[in-house]
Amino acid sequence: MEKTNINENRRFDLGRDFRYRIFSVLMKWETVLILILTAVVITNSFLSPYFLDPVNLLDTTFNFSEKAIIALLMAFVIIAGDIDISVASIVALSSVFMGMASAAGADAPTLVVIGLLSGLAMGSLNGYLITKFKIPSIAVTLGTMSLFRGIAYAILGDQAYTKYPEGFDFFGQGYIGDSPIPFELVLMAVLALGAGYILHRTSFGRQTYAIGCNLQAARFSGVPVDRIRFQIFAVTGLFCGLASVLLTSRILSTRPNIGTGLEFEVITIVILGGIAITGGEGTMIGVILSTFVLGFLKFGMSLLNVPGRVMNILTGALLIFAILVPMALKGLRNSVEMKAQKKL
Amino acid sequence: MKHGRFVTALFLMFALIGGSAFGADLKIAILVKSLGNGFFEAARDGAMEAAKEIGGVQILYQGPSQSTAEGQIEIVDSLIAQKVDAIAISANDADALVPVLKKAMKAGIKVVSFDSGVSKDGRMINLVPSETPLIGGQQVQLISEMIGFKGEIAIVSATSQATNQNAWIEAMKTTLKQAKYKDVKLVATVYGDDSSDKSYRETLGLFKTYPNLKGIISPTTIGVAAAAKAIQDNGLTGKVQLTGLGLPSEMKAYIEADVCGQMALWNPIDLGYSATYIACRQGRPHGQHQGWSQRRKRHGRPLRLQERQHRQIRRDVLGHEPGPEDPVRFLTGPLRAGFFL
Repeated sequence: MEKTNINENRRFDLGRDFRYRIFSVLMKWETVLILILTAVVITNSFLSPYFLDPVNLLDTTFNFSEKAIIALLMAFVIIAGDIDISVASIVALSSVFMGMASAAGADAPTLVVIGLLSGLAMGSLNGYLITKFKIPSIAVTLGTMSLFRGIAYAILGDQAYTKYPEGFDFFGQGYIGDSPIPFELVLMAVLALGAGYILHRTSFGRQTYAIGCNLQAARFSGVPVDRIRFQIFAVTGLFCGLASVLLTSRILSTRPNIGTGLEFEVITIVILGGIAITGGEGTMIGVILSTFVLGFLKFGMSLLNVPGRVMNILTGALLIFAILVPMALKGLRNSVEMKAQKKL
Repeated sequence: MKHGRFVTALFLMFALIGGSAFGADLKIAILVKSLGNGFFEAARDGAMEAAKEIGGVQILYQGPSQSTAEGQIEIVDSLIAQKVDAIAISANDADALVPVLKKAMKAGIKVVSFDSGVSKDGRMINLVPSETPLIGGQQVQLISEMIGFKGEIAIVSATSQATNQNAWIEAMKTTLKQAKYKDVKLVATVYGDDSSDKSYRETLGLFKTYPNLKGIISPTTIGVAAAAKAIQDNGLTGKVQLTGLGLPSEMKAYIEADVCGQMALWNPIDLGYSATYIACRQGRPHGQHQGWSQRRKRHGRPLRLQERQHRQIRRDVLGHEPGPEDPVRFLTGPLRAGFFL
């Protein structure tokens, strides 16, 4: 008699556990993003005959691959409780340095190295100022945003670099072999996998979350807070350098206003991806999903020739939705958990 | 039943939005620097007029919300995906758009640039609205007449990258070297990025930095309206003279209040009209544009509409037939389409 009772109890427990798991998966922001992405794809396929064409879909990724690459690192920055609004200016100044080198006769591989190194240097300057002098990241990057962009304007004025060597156009315009798969997209996918692994599977990632949740507590628990924050900002600079290589190669010219407004688009991707602006929360999958949600939404709307202003309104609404819904979901999940505990 | 109705609704939606696209045999995109700019909206009206005359042409009027090259590149990508027949573009950047426009031409799309051109490799034909030396020269002449050929002047331009703006500013500088302008001194060129707000602030900055400023040239419709407002708001009417390239509809009040003594422009309606005609001609394969020569006979050469429409706009502003001394002067250089070298 007693035995069957226990078994029944266990079966009951398993069932409840299973239902609870489904509930908690459904209550995740990533699930909401998948639903939104599905809705975007289905609606657009119905509205435009040109949307669900693999070649078109692959080609439109050119327009957001660079932003996505910066967003991968911006996710680390925001999870650690910081912000970097100088990213677009780093892209611009790196591009100017590449243009100078190209004018002096450098070849394509040298230009890539110059782009990456100048990005790394600017990112390191951000990280150094933030950790060494304990200045909030928003203040430092607000300063370097104007500084880097200002230097770019001082060097170029109303001029442009338009001479780039043979083969440099591959990075931003090239495809893998004869396939219609852009090189940029593959690069973005590889980097996304790497970033996801580091954020979710290594101690570096866990320490990033710890800093974002409570910086002081992390410091007292022995997390090398300043070193990690410095590294995050430095690598963000490096990725901006990479994005600059791709963007410069894509448009084969450099002007000081290159990438204007890019920082806000990147931050939009990250926030919509469910990374809490207060730090300590969010996943890489969310960031990647939101990249595609925004990219395909924009592509679909431009296929329907919806004016840019309407797109801005929609993006804004989505962003507010992205901030409000996880809060509501959290509240709902808590109350369900409380009820479950009361029943026990 | 419910399901069926849903499918019908979707189908209707599809038909409504897609239907017009399939009905026309020629799809032409007018891609402008940014939306919400009166100049380009007038160009769009001209494009619509041309499309109506030619028949069987659908106009897609598109532009980014901010005047950036990146925004225009995204739109060109979507136009390639939509397989439009021709793109007529006024570019935010002469070079940055070249790779994507090359891709468009490779996909069989005819590319024409108008108003603000694209470098040679990125288009087939460039439509120049008027002649650069004529524009630069006339702007300098207008402002010099107003300030009595003596004093400091400044330029409020659009973006520092705009091809046309930079060419005009160069032409103004060349004109200023002539002996009769020896007492007219160009002290500054500022950039309002074709945003009313920034142009206004840049103009205020000029008043502070150059207290002896006598005149402002703003060769951009948004800039000249913003500068006029700045002059009026600061009670500088009469002290600082203003000229530029302005839209009569936006400048009417300022001309009447004597803030802007004289200004010049060419007709944006004609520009859109001509760009559409050229794009149609490019976009329609050989043997299919018999209509072109017939319509040409019927309407005269399309470019000759210029004079008629000029007079109409001038009448709208003045309320009477225009005379030679009226405040809106038209740049009467021939509207030229040609290979830009």
